[in-house]
Amino acid sequence: MSTNGPDTPHVPGPSLWPIGFAIGIACLLLGLVLNWLVAAIGAVIAVAFGLLWARDVTRDVRGDVPTIAPEARAAAGLAPDEVDDEPLPAYSRSVFLEASLIGLSGVLGAVLTLPVLGFMVLPSFTNVDEDEVDLGPLDNFPEGEYVIATYLSNPQQGEVSRRTAFVRNNGFSEGGEPSFTILYSRCVHLGCPVQPNGPIDEDAITRIRGVELRPVLAQSFGCPCHGGQYNAEGNRTAGPPVRSLDRYSFSIRNGRLILGELFAVGNVSGTGANATISRYPWSVPGTHVDGLEAWLYPIVPSQVTG
Amino acid sequence: MAKRKTRRQTVVDLAVLAPLDWVDERTAFVRGTKWFLFRNVPRDISWAQTLGFATLIAFTSQVLTGAILAMYYRPSSEIDVTTGKPIAYSSIEHITNDLTLGWLVRGMHRWGSSVFIILLFLHMGRVFLFGAYKYPRELNWIVGALILVMGMLMGFTGYLLPWDQTAYWATVVGINLNGTAPFAGPWLAQFLAGGPEIGSDTLAKWYALHMLLIPGALIALIVVHLYLVARLGVTSPPWSKEAAGRERPVRKPRGARAGLVRGSGGGK
Repeated sequence: MSTNGPDTPHVPGPSLWPIGFAIGIACLLLGLVLNWLVAAIGAVIAVAFGLLWARDVTRDVRGDVPTIAPEARAAAGLAPDEVDDEPLPAYSRSVFLEASLIGLSGVLGAVLTLPVLGFMVLPSFTNVDEDEVDLGPLDNFPEGEYVIATYLSNPQQGEVSRRTAFVRNNGFSEGGEPSFTILYSRCVHLGCPVQPNGPIDEDAITRIRGVELRPVLAQSFGCPCHGGQYNAEGNRTAGPPVRSLDRYSFSIRNGRLILGELFAVGNVSGTGANATISRYPWSVPGTHVDGLEAWLYPIVPSQVTG
Repeated sequence: MAKRKTRRQTVVDLAVLAPLDWVDERTAFVRGTKWFLFRNVPRDISWAQTLGFATLIAFTSQVLTGAILAMYYRPSSEIDVTTGKPIAYSSIEHITNDLTLGWLVRGMHRWGSSVFIILLFLHMGRVFLFGAYKYPRELNWIVGALILVMGMLMGFTGYLLPWDQTAYWATVVGINLNGTAPFAGPWLAQFLAGGPEIGSDTLAKWYALHMLLIPGALIALIVVHLYLVARLGVTSPPWSKEAAGRERPVRKPRGARAGLVRGSGGGK
């Protein structure tokens, strides 16, 4: 089609339509977050400018619109060539059929594929919020000792949704506020279940509305999969983990301990109530949250707790 | 003088050649089969060139045993009321301990997966050391690399299915390994996990990936791989003095693509 040889670069004519198209897309994406009305306006802008852009781009291919003389009955005695001596530009039936076949197939393909792809991918990313968990009265947590708290985050799913936290009551901080160290049991190497390095008092088990509490005599934790070791503050002491154990944020309501969301910990200095915790948004196991390596993992996902 | 046909010849004609002719007339099947199988190979090939076929046999064995295992396996993490264990694990126990020859077919599938991966690597090593990835076989190397990736994905997704402690925590580790990939990692991990839990949804998803999607892609890739082998022929070993492979007409690239794209000339 194009008459350009390899030596004459093909430079498209300057066009403002792509900018309008981009604005429309941006508006559409913003609208998905903000408001459906904004999204609809964005979609209209994107479609309008997209069509204008497509018309602009395909101008060379389409050729000029032929000017067709109004049909006139040839005067008697005139030769037919004299009526119509210029051939019309050809846009043949086969080319039209080819284009419409390709276009229709594309539409059909999209109509079939997009919902299926969406159904394959999207359920993994929607409705993944977890509720807060009530661990019961504060009396269940003796000061300075770890208690293993386990519960099902989604009882319908059964044991696969079991979560474990290591809870230590630190007494009161200097400011007079209650302090807890609540470590999440999943290893920050690759997510295996970290175990306390000490005997569990199975007889002293307490059950509160789906939560089981077991006191444990442990001042360190270890992971059975690849040998990661952590001290009582959750700092790595040996093995492959790249940061300190994740922690739960917590709140105290009516004298009961409530677990909030998870957060990642770069490092903990100091102990117990006087510890300084470098806190970061939760991140996948095995990823650094601080230091130079953190720049390799710039994106914090919404939630993966596997 | 026309020779009279013996009785044997008549039987062969009627029972074998006539049906073949009938099919061939409609499909060109005989010509295609001859094109695919009756190829010249270098005089000095050795056992090393059989690794690809061995890999194909290992894969065929996986397909067969896998299809049969799918008749008895149930992908659910819910608790089976009769055994008190998850349904998936119970069905594996049932296959292994109760069903006649179940232990054998499951064992073939379980160990055959390792055989398949090992043969893939040996075949790849042979192709690499013989320089058989060079022109004109670069594309076949690329297709082979995709087959390797698909094979690894088959191993990864199949490992979860027994639903025991090893399977479960190895999968947790595998998903989190994917999660550490830069940029796309966390989303990839969340897609693989299928939500906050690695549970029934994950198991069913991985079962579907393991027995429908990835095998489909793998079989399609193998067909392309074999077509290219048949078209380009077997490579001579590096120490060979003889040229080998199918004789191919020299084609100008412009001539080769002419006619497929409108306006590219060719046709007539």
